[in-house]
Amino acid sequence: MAEQQIKNLTMNFGPQHPAAHGVLRLVLEMDGEIVERADPHIGLLHRGTEKLIEYKTYLQAMPYFDRLDYVAPMNQEHAFVLATEKLLGLTVPPRGQYIRVLYCEIGRLLNHLLNITTFAIDIGAITPALWGFEEREVMMEFYERASGARLHAAYFRTGGVHQDLPAGLIDDIHRYCDRLLKMVDDLETLLTENRIFKQRTVDIGVVNEADALDWGFSGPMLRASGVAWDLRKQQPYDSYADFDFDIPVGKTGDCYARYLCRIEEMRQSVRIMRQACEKMPDGPVMTEDRKVSPPKRGDMKRSMEALIHHFKLYTEGFHVPAGETYAAVEAPKGEFGVYLVANGTNKPYRCKIRAPGFAHLAAIDFVSKGHMLADAVAVIGSMDVVFGEIDR
Amino acid sequence: MTGTLNELGEHVAHALPGAVRAQSVALGELTLTVDRARIVEAMTFLRDDPRCRFKLVMDVCGADYPERAQRFEVVYHLLSLEHNRRLRVKVATDEATPVPSVVGVFNAANWFEREAWDLYGILFADHPDLRRILTDYGFEGHPLRKDFPLTGYVEVRYDDEKKRVVYEPVRLTQDFRSFDFLSPWEGMTRQVLPGDEKAAAPAAPPGPAKPGGAA
Repeated sequence: MAEQQIKNLTMNFGPQHPAAHGVLRLVLEMDGEIVERADPHIGLLHRGTEKLIEYKTYLQAMPYFDRLDYVAPMNQEHAFVLATEKLLGLTVPPRGQYIRVLYCEIGRLLNHLLNITTFAIDIGAITPALWGFEEREVMMEFYERASGARLHAAYFRTGGVHQDLPAGLIDDIHRYCDRLLKMVDDLETLLTENRIFKQRTVDIGVVNEADALDWGFSGPMLRASGVAWDLRKQQPYDSYADFDFDIPVGKTGDCYARYLCRIEEMRQSVRIMRQACEKMPDGPVMTEDRKVSPPKRGDMKRSMEALIHHFKLYTEGFHVPAGETYAAVEAPKGEFGVYLVANGTNKPYRCKIRAPGFAHLAAIDFVSKGHMLADAVAVIGSMDVVFGEIDR
Repeated sequence: MTGTLNELGEHVAHALPGAVRAQSVALGELTLTVDRARIVEAMTFLRDDPRCRFKLVMDVCGADYPERAQRFEVVYHLLSLEHNRRLRVKVATDEATPVPSVVGVFNAANWFEREAWDLYGILFADHPDLRRILTDYGFEGHPLRKDFPLTGYVEVRYDDEKKRVVYEPVRLTQDFRSFDFLSPWEGMTRQVLPGDEKAAAPAAPPGPAKPGGAA
């Protein structure tokens, strides 16, 4: 038989592909069905957020964070307001901190529900998405009742949250927790022991502990590889130290372990939400420092000083003393960090956004090498990439 | 807290004589400024030393300070899971001088360094794949530099006649407005408002009277 020259095939995956989870263009070098090299081209959703923030006051900069990881908006806002508060040396009233924790956990559920269900679609299961998205809608209504917006909430502010929760909302969230747990159980009956789901995920995209650290993984990606690390426990911010919850850790570091971690994290999030509803303290939701937080509308009708404060805050904004800080939160996808450099004016000098998905996607060549093309899809799904935050 | 961080900084400075240029602790965060040429050595030490064990590089980014002789800073944020500690390492450079790449120490630095090259034009020596990452194919310039305008230089639109996307110079119907907010909020005692320089200037010392005015 004559010797044949076999050439590798270069294949373009995306940028418009339902399994690319957004605008990922993946240039794959294939040897038959096997991925030899994966070269992601990102930046198709680059909006220059960091540049824009340098030209905005701190208050105007905050809503940009909703638009990064638009699946869990408030978790992003949280990192930015924490960084600003650190530079200003502000403390947030307890009620403000609890509301933030409550909404961050709702954000985590929003994210995990979207990730798990779309991941399931990628590898052939449609029903989870239909069930999951219904519950997402309910939780987005909680967002709406607090902030007025389903997605781009702009609810967290430097010094607390914008407004107190409307009457009855905490009871409704508390009551909803049971239904949510039931839904997580239902989701598990569809997927966890599903033969097809396991065939597509078990032993696919295995990352061991050393590699996970080397590639800068964080969040469920790191925990699935067996590292018990969660910023909510290890470096608690806001009032996370008051809450009782567990950190699920995976053993195998494959796509299935990541899925199991996220499922268990949803249960833990519901636990935190319950505690937050039960222990919700009374009092103000925002710092009373009028140099940072605007006065009440009622005060402005009577007090000249309040009127001046309001005017100055919404035109000029507050000045942040010179300095630099790095604030990180445990966003649903991993460590979301903000490196903020202030120069004493009302605008940030430099605001670097550290998105977890960026580091995860950088490792896709390493993780998917040697797998089949269909497995590369499973790897992307399990990485939980959202291009709002990766491209910034 | 500050004490342990200072100790850690001194430990690093002691182990790498001459490599650590400066050390500071602010807001509970330790910052080390490291000699550019020795960054790879310093990073390897920080990763492997039992008192450091900064095994995760969470972030690498650039920052632009045009008034400095070496205008760029490369800022590395490291995290140690073992000691539950963070560290910031800084390196100064300019447009022409490359920074040794730390991809050999941390694989995670790969894309972060590409991003710093793309957005700031900071060069990294020995980087395996230093391409643009976030900006458009064929983009010119480095958008996060302070001298790059917010609007950029080109805009795109779909040309119906040519049946493709075309690039054109940016046309603004209104200039970008930058308001002056350096006026103080309160305590108007020291600052001089724009256009108010004369009123605030101290009265001129009474010199010898000019004879006869404008004669």
